[in-house]
Amino acid sequence: MNKFTYSSAILDGYNFLLTNYSEVFVIGQGLWSPWYVGNTMKDLDKKFGKKRIIDTPVSEGAVTGAAIGASLNGMKPIVVHPRMDFMLYAIDPIVNQAAKWSYMFGGQSSPSITIRGIINRGGEQGAQHSQALHSWFAHIPGLKVVMPSTVSDARDLLIASVLSGQPVIYIDDRWLYDQEDDLLPANKINLNSITPRILEKGDSITLVGCGYTTFLLRKITQKLKSHKINPEIIDMRIINPFNKELITNSVKKTGRLFVLDGGWGPCGISSEIITSVVENVPPKIFKSKPSRMTLPFTPAPTSKVLEAEYYPSKEKVFGFIKSIFDNNL
Amino acid sequence: MKEYSHNSELESLTSELEINIDNFSKNELLEMISKMILIRNSEYKIAEGRKYGLVGGPVHLGIGQEAIPVGISKYLTCKDQIFGGHRSHAHIISLGVDLKSFFAEILAKSSGISKGMGGSMHLFAESVGFYGSVPIVGGTVPLATGSALANKLKREKNVSIAYLGDGAIEEGIVHESLNFARINNCPIIFIVENNLFSSHLNIKLRQPKELTYRFAKSNDIESKLIDGNNLPSICKASEEFIKRCRNGEGPFFIEAVTYRWLGHVDWREDIDVGIRRSQKDLIFWKKRDPILRLKKSLIKKFNLSMDEFKLLEKEIQKKIDKAWNDALKDESPEWSKTKKYVFKNN
Repeated sequence: MNKFTYSSAILDGYNFLLTNYSEVFVIGQGLWSPWYVGNTMKDLDKKFGKKRIIDTPVSEGAVTGAAIGASLNGMKPIVVHPRMDFMLYAIDPIVNQAAKWSYMFGGQSSPSITIRGIINRGGEQGAQHSQALHSWFAHIPGLKVVMPSTVSDARDLLIASVLSGQPVIYIDDRWLYDQEDDLLPANKINLNSITPRILEKGDSITLVGCGYTTFLLRKITQKLKSHKINPEIIDMRIINPFNKELITNSVKKTGRLFVLDGGWGPCGISSEIITSVVENVPPKIFKSKPSRMTLPFTPAPTSKVLEAEYYPSKEKVFGFIKSIFDNNL
Repeated sequence: MKEYSHNSELESLTSELEINIDNFSKNELLEMISKMILIRNSEYKIAEGRKYGLVGGPVHLGIGQEAIPVGISKYLTCKDQIFGGHRSHAHIISLGVDLKSFFAEILAKSSGISKGMGGSMHLFAESVGFYGSVPIVGGTVPLATGSALANKLKREKNVSIAYLGDGAIEEGIVHESLNFARINNCPIIFIVENNLFSSHLNIKLRQPKELTYRFAKSNDIESKLIDGNNLPSICKASEEFIKRCRNGEGPFFIEAVTYRWLGHVDWREDIDVGIRRSQKDLIFWKKRDPILRLKKSLIKKFNLSMDEFKLLEKEIQKKIDKAWNDALKDESPEWSKTKKYVFKNN
């Protein structure tokens, strides 16, 4: 076992992939500079050369499209978008091309491509530098969307994505980078074998999150317990395809559901989770209404004062969950 | 609206005269003209099928543009990667796709080259080097660029081809791709089939100039401007650029000026819906028919007779009719089997 942070675990994933698979290369803006992607890609260009770690012109669309094209010709590229907001320039290659490619041609060809979009919010960066758009991509058939929340998943989901032979959106979050954990050496992983995971067993309420929100839920576990609330915490890990079994079964046991999402509410993953539970759990089992906390339905503000209102915090989430029990909602 | 006229550069490029067939042999020219006739008459077959309802969905026909892909494909192998767009029947036929499987796809049969999932606008035949065509304008241009990058990373001497039109060159992602290809020296040839029209609008109403190779120059990419209705001149440009790509050069850019006889979509001429598309222009361009010009030159140079051509055309038609009729008998895809196509490797 070795000690890793979330960000060094991502780096370990890259190292594993680049060492063992000659068809893997990484392409995106800022890959030759520590400025863009923190230490998640530290010195990869020195170790594997600038032919496999390719820094690019400011052209998200063509770069993403080119990586898709390279994958059709036998490579397994990873595209890096240091901020998800800029990735929107690449919507055509992602949504029209990569996601549809296999279906349009009757399953004869598949882009084997991982597109890493980094959520990079807070810090007074404002509306165009801080979006969490995972739900958008989860709406599209033909795209897999993975959101590592833990240190081990940061590495292992990257490896599983790249080896899946499919178009995968891998979304990591800067607010998770400093977590620490001990990990076994990296190994090959099958993306199809990965399902949501119960991080904390409990019987009072089912709490569901993905990416950063799972982290927040874990942070308030002890405090909830000290208030006699034993939460069952489920980390989604993969939001497309959507796996409902574990969540549904958990709610059948706890009778309560709370979803925390770092994106907006309407048409978002929180809506999908609640819908799937309502559709699959008999009404009489619910002890309270299923509920959720998401971002307010506005773009992200810039001011620090407003940001404190805008983003969820341990206190806000704890207060919300406790009110479910206090008021027997 | 003012009477439309071409600029002098374009006027001097096109011609109704016979073609200088240079050092090309009789056999290779006959083989290529046969391919051009195969493409044209296959497309007329599809046009008829569309008109009478056998073909569903939009079909984009390229009658009048046959010389370009035939001249390009002559120098490609099945290890190269060719990407097309919405008007790609000619591209894939010129590579030697199995005609019956191609027609089966146009007719949305499960025996089609895209398993009946694509139809006319989504063609795929990796066995002949055709890596895919899709109807998002310019959508495959970055893909072809990346495929070329992969050739370079793998140190393989294969070439990627991006077919695009004068409409696609107006998409931002195409310009990003030109720059990306150049800065990474990708072995790709961008081939602009400039037929002077987007779906309906003449290029003069969309761009300040009728010719698009200026975008190659602005990206420092070597280019050739050619008469797209002159097969030998296409062959010469194609042979040189493909050879140089295999030797580690590239990217390159070919602009081939041509004209489509039919409208943007389906079987009509669309004089009425095309903006600045007139009967006069159609007559002007039909005199520049790439097949007729080549045929006249062949007859003159090799002492062939019109009857010999008629015989050849009859044989080709027989082949087309058989493939079409065979394809018609095949089954539609089964709904229950299609869900697994969403992800290939699940």
